Amino acid sequence: MKTRFDHYDVLVAGGGQAGLIAAIVAAEKGARVCLLEGAPRTHRGGNTRHTRNLRPMHIGPLSVLSGTYDEAEYWDDLMRVTKGKTNETLARMTLRNSTEAVAWLEQRGVQFQPPLGGTLHLGRTNAFFMGGGKQLLNALYRHAEKLGVEVHYDAMVSSVDIADGEFKSLQVGEHTISAKAFVAAGGGFEANIEWLKEAWGDIAENFLIRGTPYNRGDLLRILLDAGAQQIGEPNQCHAVAIDGRAPKFDGGICTRVDCVSLGIVVNKNAERFYDEGEDFWPKRYAIWGRLVADQPDQVAHVIIDQKARGAFMPPVFPPVVANTIGELAEKIGLDPAALEKTVNDYNASVQPGQFDHTELDGVHTNGLAVNKTNWARTLDHPPYSAYSLRPGITFTYLGVEVSEKAQMQMANGTESPNIFAAGEIMAGNVLGQGYLAGIGMTIGNVFGRIAGSEAADYALNR
Amino acid sequence: MRSTDKTTEAARVMTICNACRYCEGHCAVFQAMELRLEFNSDTLDYLANLCHNCGACYHNCQYAPPHEFQLNVPAAMAELRQENYGVYAWPGFMGRLFANNGLWVSLLSVIVITLFFGATAILTGADFFAAHENAFYGVISHNVLATLFGIVGGFVLLALVGSVVKFWRTMNLPSPLMLDYPRVMQGIKDALSLKYLDGGNGQGCSYPGETPSMARRWLHQMTFWGFMLCFAATSSATILHYGFDLPAPYGYFSLPKLFGILGGIGLIVGPAGLLMLKAKADAAPKGKTNKGMDVSFLVLLFLTSLTGLCLMFVRDTHYVGVMLSLHLGVVMTLFLSMPYGKFIHGFYRLIALIVFAVEKNDHKQVIGVCQSRKTI
Repeated sequence: MKTRFDHYDVLVAGGGQAGLIAAIVAAEKGARVCLLEGAPRTHRGGNTRHTRNLRPMHIGPLSVLSGTYDEAEYWDDLMRVTKGKTNETLARMTLRNSTEAVAWLEQRGVQFQPPLGGTLHLGRTNAFFMGGGKQLLNALYRHAEKLGVEVHYDAMVSSVDIADGEFKSLQVGEHTISAKAFVAAGGGFEANIEWLKEAWGDIAENFLIRGTPYNRGDLLRILLDAGAQQIGEPNQCHAVAIDGRAPKFDGGICTRVDCVSLGIVVNKNAERFYDEGEDFWPKRYAIWGRLVADQPDQVAHVIIDQKARGAFMPPVFPPVVANTIGELAEKIGLDPAALEKTVNDYNASVQPGQFDHTELDGVHTNGLAVNKTNWARTLDHPPYSAYSLRPGITFTYLGVEVSEKAQMQMANGTESPNIFAAGEIMAGNVLGQGYLAGIGMTIGNVFGRIAGSEAADYALNR
Repeated sequence: MRSTDKTTEAARVMTICNACRYCEGHCAVFQAMELRLEFNSDTLDYLANLCHNCGACYHNCQYAPPHEFQLNVPAAMAELRQENYGVYAWPGFMGRLFANNGLWVSLLSVIVITLFFGATAILTGADFFAAHENAFYGVISHNVLATLFGIVGGFVLLALVGSVVKFWRTMNLPSPLMLDYPRVMQGIKDALSLKYLDGGNGQGCSYPGETPSMARRWLHQMTFWGFMLCFAATSSATILHYGFDLPAPYGYFSLPKLFGILGGIGLIVGPAGLLMLKAKADAAPKGKTNKGMDVSFLVLLFLTSLTGLCLMFVRDTHYVGVMLSLHLGVVMTLFLSMPYGKFIHGFYRLIALIVFAVEKNDHKQVIGVCQSRKTI
């Protein structure tokens, strides 16, 4: 790799939404900007490629969004999922600045998805990108290049020269590039299995990584080693239960399996281990990754019967199908007698009730060690289907602490004058744990704009 | 139900898309897909003909190559279309002509044009290079032309109807009398407005490159309406000839002339523009299809209007014989290739869009209904 210049006003590491926005804002302010993307062009954009929407606060209808989603409601939602693990100042600033996100993106060529069924089907909380996050990336890369931002692919930062918290230069391979200001937008470390193992132990070997294989956290580690203040815990991550046959990396959205509530889930000993009917999709989605991670070999199997077919989002891989529970157990490598006993015990304890999958119907089991509290129907209509489950890591929360100006905070209590952070690398400031659909992209969008603006102002002495 | 490499690949692709659904805003293919869990060849033929090959879903796909899922929806659909054009051809054995379409259309054009030149030269003898008082009818009489094109036109119509009926039946549509006409009108509107070349948001399709652009939609409209105006020119001339005893040639401000000139211009600019876009277009979304089919069709349309307009200018000079032979040869080739070339796409797409309008309204699938979806 060879850059056009050796010195830039603003150097951005990371070409996902946050980095791109920072680069664009800085360039729009007149700075000479270079953007370093660690992945090849085909995989550019980090985890933004796998995203679908962001979550803007709004009073009254906004673009493709209907109604009102005000700060109080948004704040409640955030508190509910993070259980208070957030920096209130930064979080509230994020919510308030999220309103402009939609128009800002639209003005730069990003398209949002209009409702498919007329205005009646407008979303209220989440604005969907037409075609997904890659469309957003394509539009922003085109816009950045039009503004003269110099973009380099396969440009993974290998080291950074930081003196007393001040950025001097960085290396990409043998090449050294200096800049007046630096924006760190290099993502989390979820694709770095060794790092995950430090937090989770050897079981992390069995995790599947839903996002880009290029989020190895190299830049995050460099900044922490250079004295940045760490935020968040290394074992905090967004983990969902996905199809065990999913690719090791990059499986994205389509590997999710959404029929846990319609059947039973057993571990490799053919034992149930958690209430499958506890709650609806968003919450269920967010907890089952960890539940499976706690099981032996980090594997589980969801078993449904013919009644459940077609009642959930179609999974990407076909199920294993058999006409008897025993045969199904053999096909998926479980002890047939053990699975038959689990299913028989479960069936015998199902209480009568009116099944309704659209509400917490209270149809439950009685007398089991692990009861199912809703949607409990007997498994008795062959053929039976099984999907294997594994923990799928979406993203990590460990990052660097930032100020309201997106300035990186140092462990010694000072703040870096010219290092700014945006995106997943600092999302833990706002989202200490849990997850709210679209919040990651919202944080990246808001802090990308702040980081780009502050970096340009610093570089241009404004 | 057939099972081929192309249907297998299209089913694989649709299964992945159905679990992702990020592209549902782009076009009808994805909304139709979401009504289904399984994809048999009838369903896939329907989806393939709903696909306008706009390329948006390829450029915006998180699973596009080099991702290990190797997802390329427009390519899978384009390859399947090339296969199913052949499947629905009438008579069936003629379907083979879709495999090397560009080659045989080119050969046909050479043969037909040569025959026209030969026959005209022999019939007119020394007058081949002469000007004629009654323009082109001085070269070949009206009755000979009408008989020749009447026979060819009749066969073409029969073959088109035969193909359309085959496709119609597979699409599970009722007899034309039993149709739901508001839905039919919606389908026709979506077809005529080229709704699904708008990328889903009115910004155009990803063609010729990743950047959304309306160029192809406009050029296709010029081509289509240019063709329709030329058709109107011929029809109005026929009416004037038989209904009002007013034979050609006509003055510049006559109905056939106005239709013909306007249509001819559209049919020059449109196909020429589409050919230029095609030359620049990304190869990936087209898949491993035989591009000759598209190119030969566009070239024939372009030459039809070019030679037609030229004929108008030289009709009273001694080049009329040459130009007439060329024009008639091109038009005859276009006619003959209609049921067995790119022309057929319009009919299948229209039918698919009508089916989609019905499905969207009823929120349930019309074709490829699988038994396993019956509720217990």
